[in-house]
Amino acid sequence: MPNDSQPQLVNVQIDDVWHQFPKGTRLIEACEQAGSYVPRYCYHKKLSSPGNCRMCLIEMGMPKMGPDRKPILGPDGKPEINWMPRPQISCATDVSEGLGVRTISPLVEECRRGVMEFLLINHPLDCPICDQAGECRLQEFSVEYGRQDSRFLEHKVKKPKNVVLGPRVTLDDERCILCSRCIRFCKEIAHDDVLGFVDRGSHTTLTAHPGKRLENNYSLNTVDICPVGALTSSDFRFKMRVWFLKETNSFCTSCATGCNTIIGTREDVIYRQTPRENDAVNSTWMCDYGRLNFAYLERDRRLLEPMVRTENKLQPATWPHAIASAATQLKPYVGWQTAILASGRMTNEELWLAGRLAESLGVTLIDIVPRTGEADDILLSADRNPNTNGARLLRLASGSGTVLQQIKEAVWSGQIQALITLGENPLRCGITPEYLARLPVYVVLDLLANDATAQASVVLPSLGFAEKRGSMINGKGRLQRLNRAVRGPGEARDDWEILRDLVQAISGGNSESHARSGRLDTIEDVFRQMSEAVPEFAGLTLSRISDLGVQVLNGDGKPGNSAPEKMREREPEKQPQ
Amino acid sequence: MAITVSRPKLNWSERLYLPAILGGMAITFGHLKNMLLGRTKVTMQYPEQKWDSQMPDHYRGAPALVKDEGGRVRCVACQLCEFICPPRAIRIVPGEIPLGERFAKVEKYPEKFDIDMIRCIYCGMCEEVCPEQAIFLRKDYAITGYTRAEMVHDKEKLIEIGGVMHGLVLKWNEKK
Ligand code: SF4
Ligand code: SF4
Ligand code: SF4
Ligand code: SF4
Ligand code: FES
Repeated sequence: MPNDSQPQLVNVQIDDVWHQFPKGTRLIEACEQAGSYVPRYCYHKKLSSPGNCRMCLIEMGMPKMGPDRKPILGPDGKPEINWMPRPQISCATDVSEGLGVRTISPLVEECRRGVMEFLLINHPLDCPICDQAGECRLQEFSVEYGRQDSRFLEHKVKKPKNVVLGPRVTLDDERCILCSRCIRFCKEIAHDDVLGFVDRGSHTTLTAHPGKRLENNYSLNTVDICPVGALTSSDFRFKMRVWFLKETNSFCTSCATGCNTIIGTREDVIYRQTPRENDAVNSTWMCDYGRLNFAYLERDRRLLEPMVRTENKLQPATWPHAIASAATQLKPYVGWQTAILASGRMTNEELWLAGRLAESLGVTLIDIVPRTGEADDILLSADRNPNTNGARLLRLASGSGTVLQQIKEAVWSGQIQALITLGENPLRCGITPEYLARLPVYVVLDLLANDATAQASVVLPSLGFAEKRGSMINGKGRLQRLNRAVRGPGEARDDWEILRDLVQAISGGNSESHARSGRLDTIEDVFRQMSEAVPEFAGLTLSRISDLGVQVLNGDGKPGNSAPEKMREREPEKQPQ
Repeated sequence: MAITVSRPKLNWSERLYLPAILGGMAITFGHLKNMLLGRTKVTMQYPEQKWDSQMPDHYRGAPALVKDEGGRVRCVACQLCEFICPPRAIRIVPGEIPLGERFAKVEKYPEKFDIDMIRCIYCGMCEEVCPEQAIFLRKDYAITGYTRAEMVHDKEKLIEIGGVMHGLVLKWNEKK
């Protein structure tokens, strides 16, 4: 194997131009990098290459060798190429010295047309009802290499339709082009070998092994990689055509991994989340749990307007009134009488302002509520808070949970008179309604109504992950940015704005930080203020965080910024030719 | 830059105006003569009288959803017409046909289908783009209402206007 730091380069001729590629590059990738995209169905760069669809056929040649076993050089000083008479597939070959490739030639085009015609022989006329339409490789390549008409006079082979493969995936066997990507994904990435082909020839059918279901937590990735509309997401099925979806780059906030995503929305409704490639985080995958965890943003119990308790009843109020009321209720108490329950789901900007809020009230009892679950060895992290690292960096998380316990006891003993919860339900850490009943002042900033919000003195409705901008640091120390995909519902406001207004109402707009860094008009200003105080963010702005994130901590969440290990990926198996 | 247009110079006969007046009178009396001889066209008294019987087949009236001979509303909610419609008059909410229903094989149908007839410009793009021969511009042209809401044709109304069409391709047959 060549040394990783200095990969050995080989010369390859692609469509008459010589290029250099590191040894070990897959030929189909080399062609793509050289600007000659080779159509493909079965090849996926994160999976093994079985070479079964034959769509990637190209013309290939080796350098002509002289009797001295040295390549014969042409007049241009480059090796002359001995073209093979028959086409070869480009997805299962690596580049080698002096290799010649033709991706555009009458033979190659004829091959592609032939493969397309065979693929379409038994394909149903489903495009109008097929969820894949608009992002279907079969549609795309048939525009380029398909025939206008069909020469197939016989009856099409009938296969099962609407097959429920598992709780989240529905299969249409007639649309399957037998590329086996889904089978390989299950075997190689999800380690759950449940899919396979049965029968032969045109009757070959994809199915789950007897007695098994496609129900692993990564099943929806098969829907993403299926080049056609055979595998469909039961959740997204028939909901919206893909060409209406506005795509916003974001990341998943359901665990500390922070898989990069694309949020598909139309007119402020989220229709789906799909993974976005980022080799430093999630490769090209994401888990089903995170992918489907957005419906709560559209729940009926979403808080839509600020509320203030008057005459022992929560009454709707205007924003200025709610903020002023929260500030006047909080101000009479000194620092040790107040506690703040922050959340590991808050962005860095919000946590920073939560810190300023604590400062302005003199609060020392502040912590985030840990949220854990079972980890798998693929992507899902045991830490289900997306921004624990951010909270630690901004010194709002104790990590041990001792502060939480202290808060709980102090609420019970009556030492704490005022509690502020930021995007967190106190019932989760044992502060039950009986505890809350002892508090004269309880200010809530949250998304959803629950038993705790019912007991609040002031309710400040805020936004969810898809409705706001902001940054978080994932479990491996990577700073990533959320982008706004939809507008928030009702009168809910961006969390950072609420916190800023609250801080200003409490400190009268003259706080030290206010004087230090000027006005906070945009979230960029908050990030700037934060980056002046936190060395890890020095030199960054919110907009400057690339869509793939920036490494700000070590892989273990400690200071430093060496890139963490990549997601464990299986070396694609090499298939003998 | 402003361009100055010079007024035409009139000669003395033009300044008299009489030749022009006489020319106009000649046309008026010409019409009178034609009317007396019964050779002129007259105004049709709409809406008591209508020209529906003479409407050409290619007339583009209100878009509507048609059924085929089998009684199936042909639309499968592919939303292509919603996409192509230039003034965005069409709104569709797709749904899944429950298993066991008569047309369950088609799998998809429009749960809601609204065309805002205040927006529609009768361009016929929806008919042209439809891959299922499901939407056609019929001959209805008198689309009126007292409120904006009345001017939105919902699915029932569209099916009512559309009626049954014969001779369409029956794609969702057993052999498909
Ligand atoms: S898989 Fe592609 S070609 Fe086949 S019906 Fe669906 S959209 Fe059409
Ligand atoms: S279901 Fe899709 S991914 Fe699986 S073999 Fe068929 S076409 Fe390929
Ligand atoms: S006729 Fe034109 S404007 Fe009217 S609904 Fe169809 S596409 Fe839209
Ligand atoms: S284009 Fe035709 S099939 Fe598609 S939604 Fe419109 S009417 Fe229905
Ligand atoms: S991509 Fe399928 S054979 Fe190469």
